[in-house]
Amino acid sequence: MSPQHHGTTAPQHHGTLPPDDAIIHVSDLVKKFGSFVANDHLTFDVKRGEIFGFLGANGAGKTTAIRILCGLSYPTSGELLVAGYNVYTQREKIKKNIGYMSQKFSLYDDLTVFENIRFYAAIYGLSKKEIYHRAGNLMKKLELEEARNKLIREIPLGWKQKLAFSVAIIHDPKIVFLDEPTGGVDPITRRQFWDMIYEAARSGITVFVTTHYMDEAEYCDRVCIMVDGRIAALDTPMDLRETFHAKTMNDVFLKLARAKTPEGI
Amino acid sequence: MRRFWGFVVKEFLHIFRDYRTLLILFGIPAVQLILFGFVITNEIKDARFAVLDLSMDETTRQLTEKIVSSGYFQLDRNLHTYDEIDEAFCEGDIRLVVVFEPDFARRLEKEKVAHVQLIGDASDPNSASILVSYASGILNNYLLSMNSEAIPLQIHPETRMMYNQELKGVFMFVPGLMAMLLMLISALMTSLSITREKELGTMELLLASPLKPLQIVLGKVFPYVFLAFIDACIIILLGWSVFGVPIRGSVGLLLFESFLFISMALSLGILISCITNSQQLAMMISLVALMLPTILLSGFIFPIENMPKILQWFCHIMPPKYFITIIKSIMLMGNGLYFIWKETLILFGFTLFFILLSIKKFKIRLTSS
Amino acid sequence: MNNAVEVLNLTKTYGDVHALKEISFSVTKGELFGFIGPDGAGKTTLFRILATLILPDGGSALIEENDIVKDYRKIRQLIGYMPGRFSLYQDLSVEENLRFFATIFGTTIEENYDLVKEIYSQIEPFKTRKAGQLSGGMKQKLALSCALIHKPDVLLLDEPTTGVDAVSRQEFWEMLKRLKEQGITIVVSTPYMDEASLCDQVALIQDGAIMQISTPAKVIDSYPLGLYSVSTSDNYQLLLDLKQLPQVCSAFAYGQAAHLSYRKGEMTKEEVKLYLSKKGHQDVTITPIKPTIEDCFMELMQTSGQADK
Repeated sequence: MSPQHHGTTAPQHHGTLPPDDAIIHVSDLVKKFGSFVANDHLTFDVKRGEIFGFLGANGAGKTTAIRILCGLSYPTSGELLVAGYNVYTQREKIKKNIGYMSQKFSLYDDLTVFENIRFYAAIYGLSKKEIYHRAGNLMKKLELEEARNKLIREIPLGWKQKLAFSVAIIHDPKIVFLDEPTGGVDPITRRQFWDMIYEAARSGITVFVTTHYMDEAEYCDRVCIMVDGRIAALDTPMDLRETFHAKTMNDVFLKLARAKTPEGI
Repeated sequence: MRRFWGFVVKEFLHIFRDYRTLLILFGIPAVQLILFGFVITNEIKDARFAVLDLSMDETTRQLTEKIVSSGYFQLDRNLHTYDEIDEAFCEGDIRLVVVFEPDFARRLEKEKVAHVQLIGDASDPNSASILVSYASGILNNYLLSMNSEAIPLQIHPETRMMYNQELKGVFMFVPGLMAMLLMLISALMTSLSITREKELGTMELLLASPLKPLQIVLGKVFPYVFLAFIDACIIILLGWSVFGVPIRGSVGLLLFESFLFISMALSLGILISCITNSQQLAMMISLVALMLPTILLSGFIFPIENMPKILQWFCHIMPPKYFITIIKSIMLMGNGLYFIWKETLILFGFTLFFILLSIKKFKIRLTSS
Repeated sequence: MNNAVEVLNLTKTYGDVHALKEISFSVTKGELFGFIGPDGAGKTTLFRILATLILPDGGSALIEENDIVKDYRKIRQLIGYMPGRFSLYQDLSVEENLRFFATIFGTTIEENYDLVKEIYSQIEPFKTRKAGQLSGGMKQKLALSCALIHKPDVLLLDEPTTGVDAVSRQEFWEMLKRLKEQGITIVVSTPYMDEASLCDQVALIQDGAIMQISTPAKVIDSYPLGLYSVSTSDNYQLLLDLKQLPQVCSAFAYGQAAHLSYRKGEMTKEEVKLYLSKKGHQDVTITPIKPTIEDCFMELMQTSGQADK
């Protein structure tokens, strides 16, 4: 947990100047595909070291926004700074300063644990010495030393996900994007995974996470709920529950999503 | 039966909804044939040739003129000795040399037989054989017009292919192309359509339903039998109209043999899809294991007689080889079933073999992976 | 009354992976039976065996008294199966898909319209749209309609709610409840622990073995530990300190508090409070909370020694 942020509500910045502690600054982001508006005037800031939850139904525009923030696609309009870099002109710099992990794509099944670590460390330009040093530490921490030369497909899913996360932050990025990192994982591994997220956040890495598990929304410092391409709510989980008179984040989400979409189109 | 037709309807919907499938089905055959046709007729239009007239009489002059006036050929030069032939070819522009034997007209008159030699540049075998056949056609036409008398006159065109002397067959590529395209459409398309269901996971639903495996397989195959057959007709028609490939034998027999070959290729496609689980693998097998041998080892491009013994052996287990032989026999020589029953039987054998093997391999359950 | 599904010592191995280890359970007619467990627990293998798609290595399974190996033909007519992945024809329209599945089961949409009406009517306005262009929630409704169109006695639904958003998930479970009222036996699997409470009976499955079968209420009642929500001024330090206590079974962050469990009788709330105060924590609050299925699942994983490191 990163207690320094608890209880603080999100300061609203309406100008174009990002606040000093914002690591991601999004102002009036619009992304259109033809006539379809995937992101409809999004404005938010993510603070340094924060765990920022990004929730929404399928097709609410989550993936589109993440792709833009990672420098994989251009916005139609809006002002965006990621780790201090402009998403229009400094995409290469952004990519060097972020880590990315998704449930679907993370590690190569036919490479060993060590080969995967070495590969990801190498593409971020770590030196050979550094690679061996970090790989050693990482495997020790995850108690994977004995599995060092095992193929990824041979190790349990839970280990895989934890390894994938560690690999995503092996180059000490400023921000790590996690796209549904815990899907289908057993509950104990899920808890351990979140312990790792807290640890990363405590060491100063900003965590931007999407999830389908509503209880995981409770673990975030702040949560942004997307409905139909717009931000329907953005606050700490506690304040969201109070505002919407809901017992759980799941209820908050259902209330918001139902209000906007009469039928799950 | 209603279940089966429901299945067939669904297959047709898939095919007509996917413009890529349609393109492969009908676009490729047409484009391939027209491309070939275009290239070849273009080359024949102004093919330069040389004449070595050792007789220098009225008949040979008339014949030379006939060749020139046909519109296909352009007289490049007159040669005087045999030694000049090689030189003429080497200089590049000449594609055919016509050699009239000495005393041509007199022999024709006295012995009723005269010889003319047509020498083609077989480093480009297909167009060479076409040029030679055109030239001999012109000579024969001339002869027919002279054949008013009771005793038939004969000109023996003796063709010689330089640089690739064993080249056989004139309209080699139409039967070859037909074999290749039918193989592509039938084997590739069925194997893809079955493996696609495996990849999408819909095969899981089909297997969990009361449909019998045979219904699934036949339902998959049926639309392609139909479509490939249409394709065969298109190819024959285009070959006939664009290249003037004759159909000397029975059209019914030709269609029957095409049908047989399509069935063979389809059962091969099913076999491929039974042993693979991904479209990618099915495509690789179809292209590498079927297409290349069809092109290389069926006698389509390279004459089988020229190959090393081991490769010749391989050629004998290539179904397209037999189909090409059959088609040539029917279309070009006008032979009936009597001459090709052996090849037909072999194709039957292949079909039966593949079908039995597929049924044995088709799983009523998912593979354990 | 006969059971709709009767499974005894079912075993399946792939190489040296034990996908199912002697699983036994039975589902009474008209019941909504849930398999709860993470990916790789063996749920899909089990469902495929029940759907007669793969053969078990040992044990037996009966569906409506038909053996899954010998009588697979009969079973294929009896069950409605929805595989884990969306498995409909993306290039066919909504209606064409439904019609196709009706035909291959030897029936028509019109004949069984009543059964699917409630679900299908929600997507009927889009019946000419290609299935590939539907949203996750609508795809799921279409898949369920297709699995229902031949009026099956038993529905086998393998992870129908995976990857679907919370709203569609809730709607889906409401549909299942109404199908149950029509007398259809439903066997469903899910990795979402919070969905367990919607089933009549649940089987908690992990690493190819069933850890517990009971009603959701009884599963929660049988939770043997004391579970508390603890919060102090420094929650990160709190976790580290709690993990130091030898009596603690688990301590993990939960939102802005920590959840703590320990064996009843080995410690008291007051002792924990005292310990934390000694460690320098301020504003310590400890309140007992009701365990969820997920807490039970974790406890069972730990006692059966199946927890990953």
